[in-house]
Amino acid sequence: MRLEVEITGKTFKNAAGETHEVLASVKFALQSGEVGVLIGPSGCGKSTMLRIILGLDRDFSGHIARPPEARIGMVFQEPRLLPWRSVEQNVRLAAPGITDAKLSELFRILELEAHRSHFPGELSLGLARRVALARAFAVEPDLLVLDEPLASLDDALAGRLRDEIATLVASRPVMTLLVTHSLDDAIRLGDRLFVLSPRPARIVQEVPIGIPRAKRTEAELARIRSELAAVQLESK
Amino acid sequence: MLRLLSFALLLAVWWTAALFVGGAKLPSPPAVLEVMIAEASSGALFLHLGATLARVILAFVLAMSLGSAIGYLMGRVKLADRLGDPWLILLLNLPALVVIVLAYIWAGLTEAAAIAAIAINKLPTAIVTLREGTRTLDRSLDEMATVFAVPRWRAFRHVVLPQLAPYIAASARSGLSLVWKIVLVAELLGRPNGVGFEIGVAFQLFDTPRLLAYSLTFAAVVLVIETLLVQPFEARATRWRPRAA
Repeated sequence: MRLEVEITGKTFKNAAGETHEVLASVKFALQSGEVGVLIGPSGCGKSTMLRIILGLDRDFSGHIARPPEARIGMVFQEPRLLPWRSVEQNVRLAAPGITDAKLSELFRILELEAHRSHFPGELSLGLARRVALARAFAVEPDLLVLDEPLASLDDALAGRLRDEIATLVASRPVMTLLVTHSLDDAIRLGDRLFVLSPRPARIVQEVPIGIPRAKRTEAELARIRSELAAVQLESK
Repeated sequence: MLRLLSFALLLAVWWTAALFVGGAKLPSPPAVLEVMIAEASSGALFLHLGATLARVILAFVLAMSLGSAIGYLMGRVKLADRLGDPWLILLLNLPALVVIVLAYIWAGLTEAAAIAAIAINKLPTAIVTLREGTRTLDRSLDEMATVFAVPRWRAFRHVVLPQLAPYIAASARSGLSLVWKIVLVAELLGRPNGVGFEIGVAFQLFDTPRLLAYSLTFAAVVLVIETLLVQPFEARATRWRPRAA
């Protein structure tokens, strides 16, 4: 499967009637098994871009080619769980066909077994994020979209969740699109990085990371990081 | 316990007042109870209660289902809101009596006219409450359901309805009290049976014990419905909310 994104412009009007340009030019494609990362400063229009790619916003110029049968798993910036359904019921609403065995396996990986019957109001933000991840993986997505899934979590938890995402992504062929402003998340998880400019966003540079995720040592990561820092300096 | 005490206090005040005013204007509790028992043993009480209750239920269900559907539509679709709003304001400000009299004139002194008139009185408040509820729906949850391709009906049932449930419960509660007040007027004006009809007869005869016997029995029935049906529904609808300390 293949996702092709070509956005040539997106504007919106504010309350005063002034037109603002949010996205300038964003063009990229993603294959099954690939993790693409959209990285850019806060407020550069990343979430708007995701809404367009997911079909939630059709008011833009450009074209999105997404296989109509592609199942989508999404982790929003906020967990967006239904407060009146338990953890398990939340996952099952999105993935009604999931088997008990698969669900248990997912809950085991994400360490949610003890919270199956809890309601979202009883969960910490970190736990709620994990439930949102479980829900996204439970649908066995062809396209997995992660919008800042690790933001505002403490480092230790963010690190563990990042490893869990890497494990889950490796376990099945899926096109993954990660949106983040964290360079660290980007280079640990991504295969290809799309570096975005401040608003109106355009792709400044595409950076492929040739080394498989499992073999990225701290030394390799440091090298990539300094390369990218140079790129970002240039773009400013 | 406190409720019982409060109820006992009410009875005591009533009884004392009855002693001062005299039995013709305000009969004592035992006098009213006596009439209740007499009416119950002849079967008339149950006949009239049943007729009124049936009207309440029919009009209530009609107004709630129609009002909820219209309110939801007006909350979701701007055009519907714009078109419906003037009608809504008109309906909200139309006195119940006018609706009932007009219904009887246009459709005759029929059961359908009575029920329609009662339902029309409840309709606008149901619409307003559900419209408000629909406006507070969390769009981000709608988006979540869309992205995960949750089928429309499933999304409505599990994402939208739970958010509307507290509004439906509030509307049901205020609706029940409104409907049962209006149903008596409709019966008084144009029905040959029901609690309202009996009150009309009692009024013509200045028969206060009979008037109180019928209205208090009916109030008790409404209280039972409220406690056994409406309150449990409300509790269920808001069960997931963290309890206030």
